[in-house]
Amino acid sequence: MSSEWPLWEVFIRGQHGLNHRHVGSLHAPDAELAIKNARDVYTRRNEGVSIWVVKSVDIAASSPSDKGPLFEPSNSKVYRHPTFFEIPEEVGHM
Amino acid sequence: MASAGIAVDRAALFEFLTRMGDNTLILGHRVSEWCGHAPVLEEDIALANTALDLIGQTQLWLGLAGEVEGKGRNADALAFLRDAAAFRNCLLVERPNGDFGQTLTRQFLFDAWHHVMLTALTRSADPRIAEIAAKAVKEAAYHLERSSDLVIRLGDGTDESHKRMQRALDDIWSYVGELFIADDTDRAMVEAGIAPDPASLRLEWDAIVSEVLREATLKAPTSAYVHKGGRRGVHTEHLGYILADMQFLQRAYPGATW
Repeated sequence: MSSEWPLWEVFIRGQHGLNHRHVGSLHAPDAELAIKNARDVYTRRNEGVSIWVVKSVDIAASSPSDKGPLFEPSNSKVYRHPTFFEIPEEVGHM
Repeated sequence: MASAGIAVDRAALFEFLTRMGDNTLILGHRVSEWCGHAPVLEEDIALANTALDLIGQTQLWLGLAGEVEGKGRNADALAFLRDAAAFRNCLLVERPNGDFGQTLTRQFLFDAWHHVMLTALTRSADPRIAEIAAKAVKEAAYHLERSSDLVIRLGDGTDESHKRMQRALDDIWSYVGELFIADDTDRAMVEAGIAPDPASLRLEWDAIVSEVLREATLKAPTSAYVHKGGRRGVHTEHLGYILADMQFLQRAYPGATW
């Protein structure tokens, strides 16, 4: 029966967190019940102050097979990382 | 003790507190029987949460009851070492789970009463009772929101779900009236300003229930017959089975802890 209900991705903003973070997914017939279910499944230990749900099918995702073209070019561009600057002692911890 | 200023018979107050605590204990146990059996995973967890909320409230009510009684019994002793005739829960909460629709209908009818009752108790003259109610009423508000929502969805759902919800409602309706009948204990509580007259909750309960049933396209049964007795210790045979299950460990291994 649960296979007839759409899958929802759940995002929770924690007590001290600024952003909603993806915590998992669940099944529910609509958004209202998805939020209720998310409350019961993912905030039982006082984790959250705000819940977002979004239908899993509405998330556009990059394809794992595109990993090479998408991400590899940046691997060889070390100069994009700001690790070549000497930080003066006086600056201290950054 | 905080209630020292309130003139009320200690035995009557104990009686009242065990009624509150036994309602949540027995319903909490009933709902926990669904653990691992609910129709979907999400509902399984939601039901377990509800059961845990109710058991948590039981600890507060029966803890206070033991304190008021003053015979050294704590919440555990009251929950696990009393016999059926000493239990003061209403008959509604000991009804068998049946199918999911029956469980849900029982839950909804109880939640509506519970929420109205706890809201009134937040204004209790006894600050300990007002504090417990203030904590519990938030949980009850969520329980009611959830059970109302599901009653509407299933009542106004498929032909099959509608049929089952109507049957569940017809089956359990006669067990609700007991919640609104006042006896000497209730009158003593009203006099001391500790709790409301049960009958005074009916109007608000009716408003909540009739609105949800209307949306759910379900018909409230017209039968006025009322099963009663639970609140004075006269129970259906179902309570014995619940207690056998619940109390086995403490009876077989007295004082066992983990």
